[in-house]
Amino acid sequence: MDTPTTYFHWGFILISTPNLLVIAGMVVLFAIALVAPFPHAEADDDGRRN
Amino acid sequence: MAVATSVESAGSSQPESASWTLKLRQAIDRHLPMDHLLPDRQPYFVGSWVYVFGVVTIAALVWVVVSGVVLTFMGPQWWHVSGVGRFFNSLHFWSVQLFFIFMVLHLWGQYFMAGWRHGRAATWMIGVVIFGISVLTAFTGYLSQQNFDAQFIAINAKDAMNGAGIGVFFNVLNFGQMYGLHVMLLPIGVTALVVAHIVMVRTRGVVKPIDAEGGAQS
Repeated sequence: MDTPTTYFHWGFILISTPNLLVIAGMVVLFAIALVAPFPHAEADDDGRRN
Repeated sequence: MAVATSVESAGSSQPESASWTLKLRQAIDRHLPMDHLLPDRQPYFVGSWVYVFGVVTIAALVWVVVSGVVLTFMGPQWWHVSGVGRFFNSLHFWSVQLFFIFMVLHLWGQYFMAGWRHGRAATWMIGVVIFGISVLTAFTGYLSQQNFDAQFIAINAKDAMNGAGIGVFFNVLNFGQMYGLHVMLLPIGVTALVVAHIVMVRTRGVVKPIDAEGGAQS
């Protein structure tokens, strides 16, 4: 806890590893939300969801 | 009986009525119909996890407010020393993390579906303002911790505030000002704008997907 964290340095991009992991996790979560099936999402006759 | 009669007459349609309560009620009926505010059905395209990010953000905000109210009542000695206090301190911190994570995921979703289309620009802009006030609220929260971390942030941030010329109005070394902003004014601002944001979303409904209308249109 008291030791400095490591940093990812690529060109002008400089970001701490914890922040990089959070952003990567958010991107993964966003991608999963796009493709994961949503329960009870089938449409009825008028195209609306119950 | 006389009271009931006057109420009935007031409830009848009188477009020239001077009663502000009648005008307000008619305006609410016209602009905020209950079947829009509390719908029991949604369009089929709402059946996606992307639409869950917004409500998860609200759920996180509820936990932020609840844990914050407890911390406000009990005080810094409690949240720094006792086990339960440190638990609520952590609950406040981590619910804020979830609030920001899911607010940004909600922002990504609305950005890629161009959620500002068809008269929803004000809804989008209020969301932008909520994001800005939330950042300010989080910043004043770091300054309100009553520990060395808060002092370190305040001492370093004062130069940025003075450099921007706002140090006289926003003095990060003034704990009373930062704490008052954090527990009162800024949370009221965030909560009120979130309510307005939700009402506007419910009033207009969820924007149609771009594909459903043959391309992005403003």
